[in-house]
Amino acid sequence: MADKHHPTPMLDELENGPWPSFISGIKRLRDDHPDERIRKVTNSLLGQLEHSYETRKGYWKGGTVSVFGYGGGIIPRFSEVGDAFPESREFHTLRVQPTPGNYYTTDMLRKLGDSWEKWGSGLQTFHGQTGNIMFIGTTTENTQHFFDEINEYGWDLGGAGPCVRTAMSCVGAARCEMSCANEHGIHRHLVNNFTDDVHRPALPYKFKFKVSGCPNDCQNSIERSDFAVIGTWRDDMKVDQEEVKGYVAKKGRQYIIDNVITRCPTQALSLNDDDTLAVDNRNCVRCMHCLNVMPKALHPGDDRGVTILIGGKRTLKIGDLMGTVVVPFKKLETEEDYESLVEMAEEIIDFWAENGLEHERCGEMIERIGLVNFLEGIGVEVDPNMVNNPRQSSYVRMDGWDEEAEKWFQRQAEKASA
Amino acid sequence: MAMADMREPIESGCPDGFQYMHPVMRKNFGQWKYHDDPQPGVLRHVAFSGDQVFTIKAGTQRILDIFTLRTLCDIGDKYADGYIRFTIRSNIEFIVTDEAKVQPLIEALTNAGFVVGGTKNSVTSLSHTQGWLHCDIPGTDASGVVKSMMDELIGEFTAWNMPNRVHITTSCCQINCGGQGDIAINVQHTKPPKINHDLVSNVCERPSVVARCPVAAIRPAMVNGKPSLEVDEKKCICCGACFPPCPPMQINDAEHTKLAVWIGGNHSNARGKPTFQKLVASGIPNNPPRWPEATAIVKRILKEYKAGAKDWERINEWVERIGWPRFFEVTGLPFTKYHVDNWRGARASLNASTHIRF
Repeated sequence: MADKHHPTPMLDELENGPWPSFISGIKRLRDDHPDERIRKVTNSLLGQLEHSYETRKGYWKGGTVSVFGYGGGIIPRFSEVGDAFPESREFHTLRVQPTPGNYYTTDMLRKLGDSWEKWGSGLQTFHGQTGNIMFIGTTTENTQHFFDEINEYGWDLGGAGPCVRTAMSCVGAARCEMSCANEHGIHRHLVNNFTDDVHRPALPYKFKFKVSGCPNDCQNSIERSDFAVIGTWRDDMKVDQEEVKGYVAKKGRQYIIDNVITRCPTQALSLNDDDTLAVDNRNCVRCMHCLNVMPKALHPGDDRGVTILIGGKRTLKIGDLMGTVVVPFKKLETEEDYESLVEMAEEIIDFWAENGLEHERCGEMIERIGLVNFLEGIGVEVDPNMVNNPRQSSYVRMDGWDEEAEKWFQRQAEKASA
Repeated sequence: MAMADMREPIESGCPDGFQYMHPVMRKNFGQWKYHDDPQPGVLRHVAFSGDQVFTIKAGTQRILDIFTLRTLCDIGDKYADGYIRFTIRSNIEFIVTDEAKVQPLIEALTNAGFVVGGTKNSVTSLSHTQGWLHCDIPGTDASGVVKSMMDELIGEFTAWNMPNRVHITTSCCQINCGGQGDIAINVQHTKPPKINHDLVSNVCERPSVVARCPVAAIRPAMVNGKPSLEVDEKKCICCGACFPPCPPMQINDAEHTKLAVWIGGNHSNARGKPTFQKLVASGIPNNPPRWPEATAIVKRILKEYKAGAKDWERINEWVERIGWPRFFEVTGLPFTKYHVDNWRGARASLNASTHIRF
């Protein structure tokens, strides 16, 4: 295999050291892959990457590439230095939706890898920051062939551009004792209701669903999604007092006081004289800390559901926003429960599609129009769980006060009689 | 190809994960009782049924070539049960039910060059973006930064030395796809974009570029007789938001594109509410192929966190307890006028009290 290689003195430095090297991996494709096409593409890619390292600049530009029938799902990349590195001149990425929780069998991973070896560069990432499998590097023509092949055995493209994006979920109920929700069901009910909006970008900007099974929020849903669904419970947490005593015996009373009791954000815990735990469940905010420290002794209660927060996003354009509580608690047990969850997502996306400015995330729209206007737009009543504290500014017109107060009392009465 | 010959897509969306899940996980879905941590990189989950699964977690290079992917699959078939998942930080996890498989699996992964760890109070894999390898707007590389840092932090990946878990992220532009982290290493541009006026009218939709600017510093202009855009350089905050919709507004610069370090982003609700990261250091050279200056600052912060934080405190909680003046004192990092926020809601970040540590 006497292919001529682009020199890579800077990249070679990244082959040193104990952490696995992506450069060594790409070089193996360049040097040892039986297919000449892959050897040439990866050699060209390494040449362009070395050029970036030397000049401290990127040389990819976007464009428009999609598969037949879709408008998105592919990240087009055309090289600006394609004359020097022609074999990777077109180097598009296909975004493919993984399962909730990112589960695979080795058989399926091999199958996907084999398909990509046939049509692409042989480079893939599990997963990109939006949550997709990233099949990195192929030509415009081969995007279609690769998609056709994997679509036949159950895989579909994710979102790219101003559309509903691929959703993400934590490991969840499949392996975690903290999980209070069926992340799988929530994730697939939500995102698969919007396949049209995933594949055909036509929204103001991106819209992301993320699901975490508990308030540890391993999926970063509050900070990173427009629609965060987080499992929680509303009855008493379960305490196995014998296990509590076991932790005290093993770790010592001081450790438990310093690391469990005094770390409770609402002082809802107390260690009794007999080394059992007293819990003020009415003041527990389900922060998860004590459960994290004593997973054998403490468990979520049985009356489980989800909290929904809307409008989280990263910096561009108005600065970082976290999601805001819009639904403090919702049961998700029956098919109707799931239907109403999906309907709410539809309401929100429709309202935002109607009222959001170009390139304005849902949270930015809420910031611009105010939470109350947003709630009225989607038909949700205000709730004190939505705020850290009531208004501080007295500059507000309140001539509808009596009606609004009456609404509150009516809702309270309805709740009491339900 | 004629349209009639094209294959219609099957809009199957997100696939069902149960078909790829370990049978013991399927069986005990929602019925797990507790977990413990036999050693770094290994979790044991026990179900109410008495069933248990072991998870062996390993760091990889994230950009996987097909040879490496097949090696991981071979290991998964020979030493594990053929069931795999990936964490959101691109760690691979092998699920097995037989405890006797754990040590041979760890050995096989280690021999193949993978690094077992990343659980509990460790520094887990850096989450990162695409960088020069594939992004259209990157100020730096991602995989190279991560490889360089993990080479230095590997001892913290394979051990439980930290007060609590540490999530580090990197981002190659100020959009920050890498997200919030206990420590985030992000590109920070320091000069306004250089505009190629010959190309703007052909390439850019000018009104949407004007609208994209967070500080309204861009306006339409005629330059050399051609419609173009101009930037009010006094207003410009050098964020680079105009570059993606208008590549002739080149923001990346070999010298003036720097790195900044932010700390204290915490996604969890445990103990306190989630927090965003705060600026601690900037002006760090974007120095491929090894970025030693950025790594040195990260190591300095980790050293002080490890020495000063209480068990279970994340970096944000540690700093909140000791106070920001102490943070800058112990790390030796300079506190500058750039640390004082002037963005929306900035007043909420000012100290309106006499709470001062001496």
